Amino acid sequence: MASSSHIQNSEALETETKRESQLAAERAKKHLKSRRAREWRFKLWGRAAVLFALASLIWLLFSLAGTGFTAFQQNFMTLDVELTESVISPDGTRDPQELRGANYRRVLQETMYDLFPEVTERRERRDLFALTSASGATHQIRLMVYNDPSLIGQTVTLTVPTSDNVDQLLKGYIDRDLPESLRKVSNEQIVWIDSLKKRGIIKKKFNTILFTHPDSRDPELAGIAGAVVGSIMIVVIAFLLALPIGVGSALYLDEFAPKNKWTDLIEININNLAAVPSIVFGLLGLAIFINFMGLSRSIPLVGGMVLALRAFPTIVVATRAALRSVGPGIVNGALSLGASHTQSVFQQKLPLAAPGILTGSIIAMAQVLGETAPLLMIGMVAFVTEVPNSVTDPSTALPVQIFLWSDSAERAWSERTAAAIIILLVILILMNGLAIWLRNRLEKRR
Amino acid sequence: MDIQNPKFVCRDVRVHYGDFEALHGINIDIADRGVTAFIGPSGCGKSTFLRTFNRMNDTIEGARVSGSVTMDGQDIYDKGLDPVLLRARVGMVFQKPNPFPKSIYDNVAYGPKIHGMTSGKAEMDALVERSLRRAGLWEEVKDRLKIAGTGLSGGQQQRLVIARAIAVNPEVILMDEPASALDPIATAKLEALIQELKERYCIIIVTHSMAQAARVSDKTAFFYMGDLIEYDATEKIFTNPGDTRTQDYITGRTG
Repeated sequence: MASSSHIQNSEALETETKRESQLAAERAKKHLKSRRAREWRFKLWGRAAVLFALASLIWLLFSLAGTGFTAFQQNFMTLDVELTESVISPDGTRDPQELRGANYRRVLQETMYDLFPEVTERRERRDLFALTSASGATHQIRLMVYNDPSLIGQTVTLTVPTSDNVDQLLKGYIDRDLPESLRKVSNEQIVWIDSLKKRGIIKKKFNTILFTHPDSRDPELAGIAGAVVGSIMIVVIAFLLALPIGVGSALYLDEFAPKNKWTDLIEININNLAAVPSIVFGLLGLAIFINFMGLSRSIPLVGGMVLALRAFPTIVVATRAALRSVGPGIVNGALSLGASHTQSVFQQKLPLAAPGILTGSIIAMAQVLGETAPLLMIGMVAFVTEVPNSVTDPSTALPVQIFLWSDSAERAWSERTAAAIIILLVILILMNGLAIWLRNRLEKRR
Repeated sequence: MDIQNPKFVCRDVRVHYGDFEALHGINIDIADRGVTAFIGPSGCGKSTFLRTFNRMNDTIEGARVSGSVTMDGQDIYDKGLDPVLLRARVGMVFQKPNPFPKSIYDNVAYGPKIHGMTSGKAEMDALVERSLRRAGLWEEVKDRLKIAGTGLSGGQQQRLVIARAIAVNPEVILMDEPASALDPIATAKLEALIQELKERYCIIIVTHSMAQAARVSDKTAFFYMGDLIEYDATEKIFTNPGDTRTQDYITGRTG
């Protein structure tokens, strides 16, 4: 009796268990559908987000390349200039003082007029002369003659940039079908330009001026050399100041400072410093370095010091993250051998954290390179037509140069603005690439 | 338990982490030679107690040690004693092998270098070789001393760490679960090494493996909830424990 009821019980238990597990399996099956749908939706969102980011980047690059690449080439005129003695040194003394101030414009004008002997009217001749970049060309002739007065009386071959309007017309940015009154180039000028082009006097070449010249009022003579040198000086100064101070602060706070509310306060404020709008750093620099310490405006020294303040919190945060990523095992190992705390930090922990610190610092320097607002506050927005020779020479920086050019009216500036942005981006990509390369190299050594 | 010429004498040792008392007054004498094993369930305070012998608890924020620990009669918590010099006499091997990310040679040479123990490269070479030999690693690595210590296998790394500790000529070697990250073959090698080393050094080992404690140690101390429950010859502990809590732990009923 007892044994049969036991068997019945166990049979009942078995069927119940079976039914329960079947039910559970059915529910799980139903639920699986919605789980898969959720997964699929999430993947879709992810892909859409990545696609959006990628599309924005590609759009940016293409629009920049589209406007900017033409600036890397420019139309030049090759002219045979006769250095007439009666114009340059009428009394024949060839006095250096006289050579410096001689009427080279006249020499150039004669050359241009000779190209089209049929043009005789004063107004027409003025339009003809406007095809060349007058100030650039006369400067070139002046330098030549001043350095070698024996050239006077001879004919020299010069390559000078055309005026920006000629360049823009030949690049197709000025519409030939527009009514003449709306065009920057007259019908007559178009005829002359086409003739010069046909005769091989005007030729398109690689635009070295963009890389070797400082800023200028004339687009065809403007380059980024001054801005690039200024930017390099600023980045180097900012790096030399911010790296030791930043790494030192991070090391002290993380490894040596007592943990109390004062160090907490300092920590919070360093993190806040990273979030301060950059223009505020410009005001701070203006107040401290220029008004209080009496340094000049517009100089890379002040720019570098201001941007060191900007880079400082980034380096502190990166350094502390790098230090914390080193496990306690290494430090404990050194301590257990009888190394002092300082030794274990400097001999074992810091070398291991170095790749992270370096990467963070280079990213900080990339920020510094692209920073514009604080430089406006300390007067680095000035129009500087010379490449700075020292950190106390007035200068500008690459992003500020872009800002200045983007504000100018002539059509020729817009392609140069885009070209300068391309160059800035290339430098930034190179810096980030350097960071990755250094990190990989240092990590391989571990 | 009576021990002749003990290396360490601990009286009423208490360790606090902030307000939490991890050890409630430990009294123990540790023998000058041989292996002493500390066993007990997780959180019983055996690792904490191990770290009082080389003052590694000093490096933990909020940790306080009271009571007295003497080494050869000298109070190691004396204000005038520099823990840096103590740690040169009391080496330590950790649970996870932690060689420096440097060459095998530099790993072993690091300790002697910071203590200025050798003059000249020949002397250092000899010391590195002697230490690696004593750790039973020399034959395996003698042709590749310049490769990174982190490139060795886990068992080799742990023996490298022992060689590194031996290089500074310690009197004591503390081992905190040294075999818990190793496979059985590497563990067997390590245990054989411990058997050799106990002739020269005072070894204290914390282990979770009772079989290991039974194999390698001469004396065993059982810790439970911050108290030292029983301390006796290993054979006695594992065959005829005097306390039911010890009995329950070694037979697998607790812990």
